[in-house]
Amino acid sequence: MTGTAADRSIATPSQTVGPFFEVWLRSHHALGVLAGPETRGERLRLRVVVVDGDGAVVPDCLIEIYQADHDGEYGRESFSGFGRLPTGADGACEFETIRPGAVRSAAGIVQAPHVNVCLFARGLLRHLYTRVYFPDDPHLDADPILALVPPDRKHTLIAAPVGEGASVPRTFERVIRLQGDDETVFFDL
Amino acid sequence: MSISRPAEAGSQPPLSYPAYRSNITRAPSRPLIRVPANFTDLAAPVYGYLPIGAGDTDLTRQHDGDPLGERIVVSGRVADEDGRPVTNTLVEVWQCNAAGRYRHALDDHPAPLDPNFSGAGRTVTDAEGRYRFVTIKPGAYPWRNHPNAWRPAHIHFSLFGSSLRSRLVTQMYFPNDPLFAYDPILQSIPDPRARERLVSAFDLDLTQPEWALGYRFDIVLRGRHSTPFEQRT
Ligand SMILES: [Fe+3]
Repeated sequence: MTGTAADRSIATPSQTVGPFFEVWLRSHHALGVLAGPETRGERLRLRVVVVDGDGAVVPDCLIEIYQADHDGEYGRESFSGFGRLPTGADGACEFETIRPGAVRSAAGIVQAPHVNVCLFARGLLRHLYTRVYFPDDPHLDADPILALVPPDRKHTLIAAPVGEGASVPRTFERVIRLQGDDETVFFDL
Repeated sequence: MSISRPAEAGSQPPLSYPAYRSNITRAPSRPLIRVPANFTDLAAPVYGYLPIGAGDTDLTRQHDGDPLGERIVVSGRVADEDGRPVTNTLVEVWQCNAAGRYRHALDDHPAPLDPNFSGAGRTVTDAEGRYRFVTIKPGAYPWRNHPNAWRPAHIHFSLFGSSLRSRLVTQMYFPNDPLFAYDPILQSIPDPRARERLVSAFDLDLTQPEWALGYRFDIVLRGRHSTPFEQRT
């Protein structure tokens, strides 16, 4: 029997975003600037670069980010925390945002400041979830999600500062390696 | 909050599916790291709730003239895994024109562009989780995955739902397309019943007399975890 209620309770299958999603983004859906003049917190640029299993940059990714505000709160009216950009010919995109605060869950567990990343691309039948953490953050060692990651792979989740520390805003780069020896850690939510 | 179950076996495509050639160098080879339930219930981003204009839901009214092709109504209900409506969530669509050509610099299929069709729309679900678009039926188009490869006609859908884990990008197909059996993107979903969920149904009630055929496409999004899971930690 088909079309039963039980059937309908199973989530709809994912399919690839394909190569032509810019048809959809072009009008009014790309969003690279998260921080406005009123936004509190340390301004920074977050550059995301995507590399495939052959070491080639991936020019047709869609990167969505979602992060907490300066106080570690999500989805406040003053700061949506959401960004969405396609990667360019160099496999990269760059968001203008702020450094998020540490996030405290309802159970009181503290997560180190991080940016959630959702990655879509031609060739991927399902999107991938990963995170960007910031180097030298005092909360990194106690982060409950990083604690799940094998020690030799943790570095794949931590952004690297680009250029001189004195430049403002600072730029952090996170290279996402889809496949291969130094493959980025992806999460199952 | 709905209780999200692990994905039913075979109901989602695998990460690695080499018959889809561009998957070969892009699919992660290491297993995903499972995040405990109490860290996954982050509410979804609130985004795109700009006023929806008439042209956003009627893709045939975005230009001065009418696009060529078969005008259709596409409508359905967005629910979570417990059957509860997902209200006020952004639904975005994009597609090629009736001749099978996308308005995109990299689409070199030698089929005509339609000056009256851009191929992108968006809306927000209503209090019952329903959405509705008017568009034209997209054409099939060739791609270079394998010799003589053609995509069945489809409309791309993007939805947010209630949490980060309910994010969905998928494709809606049309009933009885002879290309289904040859399409690795659809066939990547192991369970044939799950593939069926991506095929819209012709619907006479949605069909507008002397104007447009109606197709129904219902969508189920993953839900949030429930509190009993949190008590385990
Ligand atoms: Fe397509």
